[in-house]
Formats: sequence, C-alpha cells, structure tokens
Amino acid sequence: MTSQELDALYQEIILDHYKTPHHKGLREPYEAEVHHVNPTCGDEVTLRVHVSGDGDDAIVEDVSYDAEGCSISQASTSVMTDLVIGRPVKEALGIHDEFLTLMQGRGTVEPDEEVLEDGIAFSGVAKFPARVKCALLSWMAWKDATSQALSASEATKERS
Amino acid sequence: MTVSTTSVPGLLDGLDLIRADFPILSRVLADGHPLVYLDSANTSQKPQVVIDAMVDHLERHNANVARAVHQLGAESTEAYESARDKVAAFLNAPSRDEVIFTKNASEALNLVANTLAWARGPLEIGAGDEVVTTEMEHHSNIVPWQLLTERKGARLRWFGLTDEGRLDLSNIDELINERTKVVTLTWVSNMLGTVNPIADIARRAHEVGAVVVVDASQAAPQMPVDVQAAGADFLAFTGHKVTGPTGIGVLWGRAELLDQLPPFLGGGEMIETVAMERSTFAPAPHKFEAGTPPIVEAVGLGAAVDYLSAIGMENIRAHEEAITGYALEGLATVKGLTVLGPTTASGRGGAISFELEGVHPHDVSQVLDSRGVAVRAGHHCAKPAHKRFGVQSSTRASSYLYTTPAEIDALVEGLEYTKKYFRVDCS
Repeated sequence: MTSQELDALYQEIILDHYKTPHHKGLREPYEAEVHHVNPTCGDEVTLRVHVSGDGDDAIVEDVSYDAEGCSISQASTSVMTDLVIGRPVKEALGIHDEFLTLMQGRGTVEPDEEVLEDGIAFSGVAKFPARVKCALLSWMAWKDATSQALSASEATKERS
Repeated sequence: MTVSTTSVPGLLDGLDLIRADFPILSRVLADGHPLVYLDSANTSQKPQVVIDAMVDHLERHNANVARAVHQLGAESTEAYESARDKVAAFLNAPSRDEVIFTKNASEALNLVANTLAWARGPLEIGAGDEVVTTEMEHHSNIVPWQLLTERKGARLRWFGLTDEGRLDLSNIDELINERTKVVTLTWVSNMLGTVNPIADIARRAHEVGAVVVVDASQAAPQMPVDVQAAGADFLAFTGHKVTGPTGIGVLWGRAELLDQLPPFLGGGEMIETVAMERSTFAPAPHKFEAGTPPIVEAVGLGAAVDYLSAIGMENIRAHEEAITGYALEGLATVKGLTVLGPTTASGRGGAISFELEGVHPHDVSQVLDSRGVAVRAGHHCAKPAHKRFGVQSSTRASSYLYTTPAEIDALVEGLEYTKKYFRVDCS
C-alpha cells in the first residue's frame, strides 16, 4: 500500500485509542463472558457484559475486556465500549449494525459521525479486507455476550 | 535493488546475476518502492528457468502421464518421471522409486501418519505406543500425529525448547524409549530458524527401533539434504519453497518401509489390477500416487532443484548464513526488538522471528509493506512455539539465495520508521 493509504488506515484516532484504550480490564459484575479468537492471526479477546433490566428496557451497564491483538483490533474494542456502555441494548445493537455495514462496505459507505463517533476512523480499514476482521473481532464478541446475557435473564424470568 | 557495497563474506558470487534470474525481484511497488522480499520461508520466488520449463511443457508436451500411448503422452511421462530422477538426486536417495509426489509437505506428512495408522505388522501402532515430536514444529507436523495417536490410543510426547530456542535434549533417553514407534521433527524451524541435529536424534531413535520422519520444508531450500547421511526413514518437503511451483510436494521414504505401508488414496494409477471383489496395488512410488498427478508442477520442481544444484546447495547455505548473520547484527541495533530463537548465525536458518516492543506484528508488517518490505506476521502456523516464548505472534523476516545486505538495511530502516509511526519512544 502507499503511505497515503497507510495513513488512511492508521488514523490518529485509532493510534490514540491503541495507546490509551478505554474501559480495559475484566470487571464484576457480569452476566456473560465470551472468548473470541481470530484463527488466522491469533488475536484474542475475553469480553464480559453487564446488562440491567430486560426486553426493551435492557441497558448496557458495563463492557469489560482483556484483549491481545493489533492496533486496529485494540482501538476498535476501545471505541466499541465508548459507544455501547450506558446505552439501551436495542440502541447499541443498532450501532453495531451500522459499524458492521461500514466495515463490510469495502470503503463505499459514508459513515455517520452522529452515530459512530470515533468509529468513523475505521472507514479506512474497510478498504483492506485482510484487516476488517481485526476491527470486527470485539464487536462480534460483544454481540455474542449480550445475546447470552439477555437469554440468561429471560430464562431466570421464566423460572421465577 | 542493486547489490549493496557492504562487504559480507560468504555471499553468493554474482548475486546480481542470480537476482536477474528472478523476474519478480525487479517489481516496483506502491509509491515507487522496489520490492524487498523477505518472506521466502513462506514461499520462495521463481527463477525464469522454472517458469519457462512449465510454460514449455504446457505449450508443447501436455498430455496425461503413464496411460497415453501417443507421442505427447510419452513425452509428458518422460518429463514427469525425469523430475522424479532429479528430486532423487537432489536428496541423494538410493532409489528413484522412493520419491513420491504429493500436493505439498502437509500431504506428505499426512500420508505417513495415515498409512502408519492403517499399517499392520511391525509398523503397527497400538495403545501404549508413543510418538515423539517437538515443541517447535509447524502445525502440519503436530496435528497429523495428534490425529494418529488419538485414533490408536497411543501417546504423543515432545521435546521442549531451551530459552535460546534449541531443542532441549536433556531427557532424550527417557523421551525416546522402547515404547517409541515414531520420532518426527523438523530439520529447520520455520519460526525460530533453529537447525536441529537430525542425525544424532535419528541414531537414538533407531536404537529403540523407532521410525524417523523429518520435515525438511525449511531445510531443503537452504542446505544440502542427504537422506542417507541424515539417517531419516521418511522426509518431506514442498516444491514452492525451493523455487518451484505450488501444488507439488515430496515424500521420500526408505523402500522397505514403503513396501510395508498400505496405500494412501485409492484410484487410478495406484493399482496393479482391479476386480469388483478386490484390488492389488502397484509398487512404490505409484502405490501412493492415486489419480492424475501434478504433472506440470513436477516439471517445474525438477527445473527448480536443477537450478539450485547448479548454484550449489553448499554455496546457498553459506549465503544464507552470511545474510542471517548480517540481519541479526542489524536487528540488534533496533532498540526494543527481541529475536525469538538463536541470536547467532551458526546452527541457524534464514528465518528470523522477532518482537518489536509496543507495536503488534500485524502493524509492523503493514508499515513495512508501505515501504515495499514484505515480511510475515502472525503465529506462522507454530502456535506452541510462540506459546513457549510467551508471545501470541511475531514478525518474521526470511531470506533466500537472492537476498542482499541492502535489503536487510531496508528492513532495519523500515523498523525504525515503524517505531516512529507508532510513537514508540525507546530509541
């Protein structure tokens, strides 16, 4: 790639999140913990979610994680936690879908800064298919953990 | 890239002429950077003579082998079988019939592991038997043996590694014992670069009657491989790492062992006769080559081993050692860089894996790529070896007979640039 493309890939926002990741570390309480791996490069993330309420009222109270991987995957995890923590689960899932669309758009999707905030920095990554999976690793882990947390709370409700 | 004026003893004579044999090396990449190809342990580049041999075969001699009576069929069979002769000579094999063409080295190793799993008689592996490998293997020399031992109720054991990245042989007499049926190991590590003492280990294995399987995927490209001197019973390598094409690998096996093993895949060309009730099989090597083989790939491989032999494997080994020594010196000047594996060029191959503090290997390789420097990042299909050194992945630079000191300089400069790019302040 050219140095111009390199700069598009590694935007300042990404390097900042890589150097100082937000919400890093594994915390209590949590309802679900998942471990996702990128088998081709070996990137790994262990991620916990803490959700309160249920159904449409469910809120993402906390997302905590322990991750190892490249700058793209680490920065993406940091940005993801900023975007979903404190939001209703339904809204956070909408942001997830928007980020997924951006990443799978091969650089043709214009990101909405209102929704994705620092996440728009990853629009450059979408042009490099080999790196898209780095950016998506923790988002996929978060979605998996959240659905596990929600179905666990559904099951508890049914039993009571 | 022109050859550096830096004087490094041991480099190949006429290095610029050798480079001219490889058309791809004159490519100019994005931003006008000349290609600096340091990923030869992954796959080597191809000289014009290999490309021409394959094109010539497809343009003038193409036909299926061993079954067509017409002139082209005879020419194609002759070309395919003469590639077997060339490989036999390259390995100093006692007989051409001991050379089996496979798809790649992985298939060659799986061929041995699977047919051993099916074997009856002296080679049979049963419950309580042991297979010994090492912690520095490529996944392709771990997984087939895990599958074999799981299926047979046998036990997989392995040599550990020293902190320097060499095999820990301190417990060899306990590890290789009367229960050991197979000892399988790589000659040269694809991650650490370590050259293992194959002949010594083979001697111990033979004392207890074990079969010795050698993964020569990284050895065959860069040093003389003599299957008889090595004391191997089976030896595998792949075409694309020895300047040949992809799609072809080699399994060499001692004739008396090949005779005792059952067939691998069933199909055309591997039979003697077929009736609906049962079949009888052709002798080796054809017993292990079912179906139409990779014909043009074999022709390319034959041309490749001829090319390497003409330059001389001893000379290539000296070149690799010189370049590796130069690279280790250069990398030692990069603050925050740690080499995984031996840090001196002796007893070491041309693959150098390293960590750069504060920058993930994928990011290192991405920034190097923007300067035309091609390296590999990841676990290099050697996850256990990475785990042994407490790392998840590494960056690997690997040289070959066409690598120049100037290319190593470009790598070292690129690494300093990478550190600046990622604001690593340890310089």
